[in-house]
Amino acid sequence: MTATPELSYVRILPEIILSICGIVVMFVEPLLPQRGSHKSLGVFSFVGTLAALIASLYQTNYPGWGWFNMIRVDEFSVFFHVLICAISAVVILASFEYLETQEIRGGEYYALILFGTVGMVLMSSAVELVLIFIALEISSIATYVLAGYRRRAATSAESSIKYFLLGSFATAFFLYGVALMFGATGSTSIYTISSALQSGQVTLGASSVPVSYSLAYVAVALMFVGLGFKVASAPFHIWTPDVYEGAPAPVVALMSTGPKAAAFAVMLRILFGAGIDTSKAWFWLVWISAALSMTLGNLGALLQSNVKRMLAYSSIAHAGYLLVAFAAVIAPNARDTGISAAIFYAAAYAAMNVGAFAVVSHFARHGERYVNFEDYAGLGKRSPILAATLSIFLLSLLGLPATGGFFAKFYVFNAAIKSDLIWLTVIGLINSAIASYYYLRLIVVMYMYEPQPGEEKLQLRAAPGLTAALVITAIITIWLGVRPAGVLDYATRGASRLLPSFQQSSNLSR
Amino acid sequence: MNSGPNFNLWVIPILPLIGSAINGIFGKRFPRNLVATVALFFPGAAFAYAVWVVSQFAGLSQAQIPHIERLFSWIEAGGFRVDYGFYLDQLSVTMLLIVTGVGFLIHIYSVGYMAEEGGYYRFFSYLNLFMFFMLMLILAHSYLLMFVGWEGVGLASYLLIGFFFLKQSAAQAGKKAFITNRIGDYGFLLGMFLLIKHFGTLDYDKVFNAISGLPVETGVGMLTATALLMMVGATGKSAQIPLYVWLPDAMEGPTPVSALIHAATMVTAGIYMIARSNILFLHAPIAMRVVAIIGALTAIFAASIGLVQNDIKRVLAYSTVSQLGYMFMACGVAAFSAGIFHLMTHAFFKALLFLAAGSVIHALGGEQDMRHMGGLRKLIPWTFWVMTIATFAIAGFFPLSGFFSKDEILWPANVGHQSGTQHAHAAAHGRSGHGGHVHESPWVMLGPLVVLAIGSAVMGWVGWPEALGGKNHIDKFLAPVFHTSSEPARSAENFSATEPQKSDSPQDEIVLERTLAAVSLATALAGLGLAWLFYVRRPELPDRIASSMKGAYRTLLNKYWVDEAYYSTLVNPVVDGSRRVLWRGVDVGIVDALVNGTGTVSKELSGVTRRMQSGSIRSYAGWVALGAACVVGFMIWMGLHT
Repeated sequence: MTATPELSYVRILPEIILSICGIVVMFVEPLLPQRGSHKSLGVFSFVGTLAALIASLYQTNYPGWGWFNMIRVDEFSVFFHVLICAISAVVILASFEYLETQEIRGGEYYALILFGTVGMVLMSSAVELVLIFIALEISSIATYVLAGYRRRAATSAESSIKYFLLGSFATAFFLYGVALMFGATGSTSIYTISSALQSGQVTLGASSVPVSYSLAYVAVALMFVGLGFKVASAPFHIWTPDVYEGAPAPVVALMSTGPKAAAFAVMLRILFGAGIDTSKAWFWLVWISAALSMTLGNLGALLQSNVKRMLAYSSIAHAGYLLVAFAAVIAPNARDTGISAAIFYAAAYAAMNVGAFAVVSHFARHGERYVNFEDYAGLGKRSPILAATLSIFLLSLLGLPATGGFFAKFYVFNAAIKSDLIWLTVIGLINSAIASYYYLRLIVVMYMYEPQPGEEKLQLRAAPGLTAALVITAIITIWLGVRPAGVLDYATRGASRLLPSFQQSSNLSR
Repeated sequence: MNSGPNFNLWVIPILPLIGSAINGIFGKRFPRNLVATVALFFPGAAFAYAVWVVSQFAGLSQAQIPHIERLFSWIEAGGFRVDYGFYLDQLSVTMLLIVTGVGFLIHIYSVGYMAEEGGYYRFFSYLNLFMFFMLMLILAHSYLLMFVGWEGVGLASYLLIGFFFLKQSAAQAGKKAFITNRIGDYGFLLGMFLLIKHFGTLDYDKVFNAISGLPVETGVGMLTATALLMMVGATGKSAQIPLYVWLPDAMEGPTPVSALIHAATMVTAGIYMIARSNILFLHAPIAMRVVAIIGALTAIFAASIGLVQNDIKRVLAYSTVSQLGYMFMACGVAAFSAGIFHLMTHAFFKALLFLAAGSVIHALGGEQDMRHMGGLRKLIPWTFWVMTIATFAIAGFFPLSGFFSKDEILWPANVGHQSGTQHAHAAAHGRSGHGGHVHESPWVMLGPLVVLAIGSAVMGWVGWPEALGGKNHIDKFLAPVFHTSSEPARSAENFSATEPQKSDSPQDEIVLERTLAAVSLATALAGLGLAWLFYVRRPELPDRIASSMKGAYRTLLNKYWVDEAYYSTLVNPVVDGSRRVLWRGVDVGIVDALVNGTGTVSKELSGVTRRMQSGSIRSYAGWVALGAACVVGFMIWMGLHT
């Protein structure tokens, strides 16, 4: 099980690459001229994320454990590594133009994205709770700072401080949960916890004492609070609209997808890897959280006049849909379908949401002044291609066939039906219907409303970096809607990596 | 699956799709020349590529046919799986050449014909789109993919019939075509469901293999039901009784559309589908008989209506319906290759007739009533001569194509229908009644006419019967497709003993064939003579006959009141029911109320969630803490109870 030192390095290779790139960016930045957005550093960071992505793919040849069994490289971790590196790469592409329009100096910005990415990818491969906590903090602290990057805007500072305070508050819950879990099972390694929970015995030196299940339950609850905050699921979603509204649009693109995907990965690892999921208690927790998130998210989005806030609420709702897949895993015949549906959903949601925020970041223009629904009036005529691209993302978020969003929802609800979660499915479908109102409203505004006076002639053209980002996300969104099989296959294989321990533990389910 | 070479068949349909997309998206800003260039280039390239593919196809050994190219898996749901793939055998090759070849010619013609019309780019975008779907239909390797093309050509047809959508009748005709076709599509869908239920797949090769292992059904069983449902689909698309009513109205579309979609290609999709499923039909003799009867009835019925119509395009439309009836009948008597052969020659001469008619209409500035078309020979000589060839071809004159193909299906009711088409031709001979302003069409229109005329003249030679000293290449070429299992074919012969091709002794066959050929020629001559008598020699005769047989004449003129019957029995009740029950009752009363109710309730609730969002960081932390407390409390409670 223990790896040779060299292999241990291979197993954190993407993290190493990203860290080095981040440090290089930090060091080079002061040497560059004071003015300008430092696009060259952005290009360097982009290449760095691509290198990390390739390194993750290279890792498929070396699956296994590393660093005293704190790291585990398998299809599951590789999937999330590739996903998160791709998100960061696309966000960096979309940031070139944004930083220039907003007149923000970009050196640290790119470094922070790289460091944040380190934390996120580490979250998906760590199998030890303290390491997971550290990774969570690395990614969180980077995003706290990024949220406040529009220094001149009060909303951005507000966003940053709210995110920071509430985020720290929530992470404390997670840490407390880790501590209690250690108290209950005598370990912080997910797989040791798993075997302890199965045998019901904790070995302490020569003697062994019984596991305290009540304590383990509370520990799970506390960890769920911390992770629920990160994925913006109800009832811990309350920060989302304010933070997303104030943070720079490309940063929202990152933090609504990257840390979310990573946090979901951790949830999957803890809940299914450690075999905690076998209890009914956990099932109802997820059930309620999923139903609440979908409902509150969609209802909140209905009346928003600000597009960023609308998308923030939509992101809460999507966290709810994803949790439906978690709830579906409880049924014996839908285990791998549920997990793979969750993984697929994370990927599809990332593609369409990053794309949507990239378009929003472009339309916002200087100072992010144009982010309300009425500012989008007539965009279908003024910038037909950008408007069409945004429409693709919105339709995918809505779940229309031939887009990734459709299959994501399809797999999730399919798993839910397989597990006989009829009511949860019904709630989810009613919510999808409600959601169509606000997604389609934006499309209607873009295509059927006359532009604001004085803006009829204004043509918005995307810079090459942003265009590339949009093309990539649009192609992936449609690709996942036309040929989901490949990605789903890989997601299923990733899911099966989680399952063996799960299978053992379920034999002893209480 | 197949060891054969890779032809990249997907290229063929994708080319016109690209053309359609370019013209559809950017065409509005393009100059007309550029629109025309794009619109011609892509179908042209598809044609060229198709020719190359066919030349390669000729080099394949018999074991490599059918040539199947699977691209990727399209749908996977449990044990059911559909690939995205293409299927190439002698039948699809024949269709491929017809569709791309005739289609390309009609595209060229359209450039001239539509030159003065608005919405130029829109027209060509639709026309290219049609080509894409038609090629998908032909090349598909499973029923489901065929259905995609099937629906797609229906859509393109709808868009093109209603191309002059400001004209009320055109919009109505588009709707009629679409809705009538939906009825047929429903049958097709049900047929596919039955196939899935029993064979678990829709891939041709798998379905055909499975069926050929089954015994021929003597009574009505699953295979018969499937075949009959499929046939319903075919009657919709190929305008057979009882679903033929949309085709004459479809003539509201621009003439090249009538030529391409409503004569040469799309309407033959039903025939193609039946021929493609020949194994299924051969295993279901009762379904075969129904097909034969429907085809025969349609052939006579439509020809008789066509006799007395005055609109030149409607005459041609009824003639098409009747010709499609022949093809249907051929399939119904297991003479599939004859049906396909006739489909091929028909594509040529009927496209030619339509285009020539279009040329006449063009020359006369939009006049479609044949009673005003006399004396055009001198004014538009080219058009006149190609039309002559087409008319003679359709009438079945030796050695023009119609002779051979029709000979293969021969049916005594020829006369009626021939007179119908000659009607069109005779009009051009008649006496002139117009002043100036008649002009010959430009060469961009005449060129395709001439090519098609040559095609109409010589196309039939590939099916020169052996009894008349020929080789009948087409029959031999198509034979592998239709005799994949000789067992059911032979048993099918028993009931189709009337079919001349399948007579037992070769001697008899030759005699029979020659006799039939002679009869065919004689009837054609008689028909032509009759037409000449009626329309040239004694123009007052038709009126006299009409007045002496008033009842019959009126029945025909009003098309047996079929439209009226459909309206009063089907359309009006449905429309009324929709208006009263579905719209006022269900839609307004229940659905709208529910939707508005959901909307109102959601908005109310949304207001509540908004109030939760105070913006104060302390209250947010409070919410998180409250949530955490609930979660932990819940878990402790659960922990105590397990």
